[in-house]
Amino acid sequence: MKPVRMAILLTLALTTAPLAQTFHFTAIPDQNTARLKERFDKIATYLSDKLEVPTKYIPVKSYSASVAAFKNNDVQLAWFGGLSGVQARRAVPGAQAIAQGEEDMAFVTYFIANTSTGLEASDGFPAAIEAHTFTFGSKGSTSGRLMPEFFIRRHFQKSPNQIFKRVGFSGDHSKTIALVQSGSYQVGAVNFAVWEKEVKAGIIDTSKVRVIWKTPTYPDYNWSIRGDADAAYGEGFIARVKDALLSMSDRNLLDSFPRAKFIAADNKMYEPILETAVDVGIIEK
Amino acid sequence: MTRASLTLLLIAILCAFVADIEVTTLDPWGELGRMAWGALTPDASVLYTFRNALLNTVTFAFCGISLGIVAGGLLSAGFQLTPVRLFCGFIRAIHEIFWAFLFLPVVGLNPVCGILAIGIPYAGVFAKVYSEIWQEADRRPLRGLPATASGLSRFLYGLLPLTLPALRNYTSYRFECALRSSAVLGFIGLPTLGFHLETAFREGLYSEAAILMYAFYLLIGSLRYWVKPRLIPLYVLLSIGLTSTAIRLSWANLTRFFSYEILPWPIRRQGFVDGSGDLSLPVDQTWTWLVTRFTDQALPGIYDTAILTQIALAATGLLTLLALPSICRHFASPLVSRLSHYVLIVARTTPEYILAYIFVQLWGPSLLPAIAAIALHNGAILAYLSGQHADRIQLRLDAPGRRADRYGFEVLPRIYGQLLAFLFYRWEIMMRESAILGILGITTLGFFIDSAIAEDKMDQFVLLLLVTAFLNMGIDSLSQRLRKGLHISIGSVKTVE
Repeated sequence: MKPVRMAILLTLALTTAPLAQTFHFTAIPDQNTARLKERFDKIATYLSDKLEVPTKYIPVKSYSASVAAFKNNDVQLAWFGGLSGVQARRAVPGAQAIAQGEEDMAFVTYFIANTSTGLEASDGFPAAIEAHTFTFGSKGSTSGRLMPEFFIRRHFQKSPNQIFKRVGFSGDHSKTIALVQSGSYQVGAVNFAVWEKEVKAGIIDTSKVRVIWKTPTYPDYNWSIRGDADAAYGEGFIARVKDALLSMSDRNLLDSFPRAKFIAADNKMYEPILETAVDVGIIEK
Repeated sequence: MTRASLTLLLIAILCAFVADIEVTTLDPWGELGRMAWGALTPDASVLYTFRNALLNTVTFAFCGISLGIVAGGLLSAGFQLTPVRLFCGFIRAIHEIFWAFLFLPVVGLNPVCGILAIGIPYAGVFAKVYSEIWQEADRRPLRGLPATASGLSRFLYGLLPLTLPALRNYTSYRFECALRSSAVLGFIGLPTLGFHLETAFREGLYSEAAILMYAFYLLIGSLRYWVKPRLIPLYVLLSIGLTSTAIRLSWANLTRFFSYEILPWPIRRQGFVDGSGDLSLPVDQTWTWLVTRFTDQALPGIYDTAILTQIALAATGLLTLLALPSICRHFASPLVSRLSHYVLIVARTTPEYILAYIFVQLWGPSLLPAIAAIALHNGAILAYLSGQHADRIQLRLDAPGRRADRYGFEVLPRIYGQLLAFLFYRWEIMMRESAILGILGITTLGFFIDSAIAEDKMDQFVLLLLVTAFLNMGIDSLSQRLRKGLHISIGSVKTVE
């Protein structure tokens, strides 16, 4: 029986039950997925201070995992893309979008191409991308999949598989840029904010990869919170979370997203995303 | 047997004609160089940062395999009943990663997901292998027991003592598998080693990837030093204790998932639109839904899965035949055979999923990286098993002197039946793996399953999961029939899963 007793004691010693109810949030892993934890732990510290409720960041591997975590109440707050936000709020009655980045009301996807293709920047849809190899970002991404697929389908009246020589899903925006830059894919669709950030940081070799088209604008990322958060953390909690997000001014924190600042948002703003997702067939209606 | 082998080869060649085996990256050698450099410069500092992932890898494996042993042991008692056998075949036919995909949305990001994902398919495997071990056991001690002895006593006193070593061997082998499964589950988001390994490979941080791989090899290589029979209860209890604090189950989620979300959309549509959540059964629309899911996803998925499996099966066979002489005492010097053994150990310890992930980074997502990964992993296992078999045989006195002749005309003919049986035995395992590799962007069934998850369509996900399971069960029974028809068997070796 000795090992048994030892196990029980050790377990007790190693595990301390948290006393206060912790508030959890997550973020879609849309770029530079290494060091996600370091990046978002800073946000957790900020929210803990502002809300006076212990707040913890839960790392996830995929867009769908962040939606599942929100549905299951594993997280109560999440930094979603336009599409993942719509998916999550559709599944959780009462859930609301409370904030978005200043850039998110008019978000843009860049179509980028390896310079060896000879594709040049144009104002109109770049029809010459036909028959090249093409990579989207994550399957659940708004700027990396939903919107580019929508514009591609609208122009060609065909599915991406019928248009391109090969279609891939890189998983995230940084990877899309890396794959197009290395020539593994000739053309790709990328979140403009990640592109601009990486150009500024000097990570992108602009002699190898260039922007060939900027899509019309659409609403994108958002902070969404479960409707039952007030009941769980006290009356007015949702409003306090919203305030904390809107008053975030530390560049160091905002660069994690990357956004200039956060502004108020609501569910209605994302209806175009829902309609587009239904149109493309990602959401059934 | 020759005809069966040639048929296999012919099918694989035909498949290769229609298969997409292009290298789509432009600079695979440069990437390989960076990986090699990373392998030489491991960054040990991250081990401390990722210590929880290492701990989780071990605790999930312990809890998962314990569940598998208990459930599998119970199921094996009724294994002679067809429904039980089919049920075990079914839970076995679904890969750990797919089980995790199923549980992730149901129980959320907590250890239960990983434990069930390992425990359930392992229960199916244990039920089958345990009952086979008991069937093959010497029945004589049973006859010595009084006729009035209960079933339990007959088992405890007549059967268990004799078969304990075999059970222990097989179970400890499966623990190694459980560690592999546990690590791989991280690739889809569970907090084990694979979680950080995936990030490291994705971001090209090869020095980090290298140290994580080394830690993984060390963990498995050192098993016999730290997993002692006396300490196992301690480990299991510790693992249960450590994981149980993180467990949180929501009954509402479970019901929502199983009684609502997995129903085909047409059944839910009316109630969703009017907000009542009621169900209705529009037969026409549900039928159309089913048919389009089959034509657009299931059939193309099955097609690519089958093509991949057949090529990988033949490639595994060829690789085994090539590697075999380098580890067999009849052909290789002790030094060469020792070195080859190490290479094979690395190849078979690295899960196919990780091999495929690395090859996809190198070559891009065609069938090529998948074929290479499956053939390498399985070829290493088969070469090892056949090598052991070949080492045991005594050469005839008039055996040919030239090594090539000795291999082709003396050794190979004597071991070929068992080799082929091993190959057929692993057929179903390869198909299960082929389906999984779709998650990496190769268009097998896993690709469509992953898409269904990404689009939050649980109805579609469950449908494709069932298709995958039945496909595997079909291959399993085909393989058994073939082995019976060819009069070949894997013998009593139970370590070929």
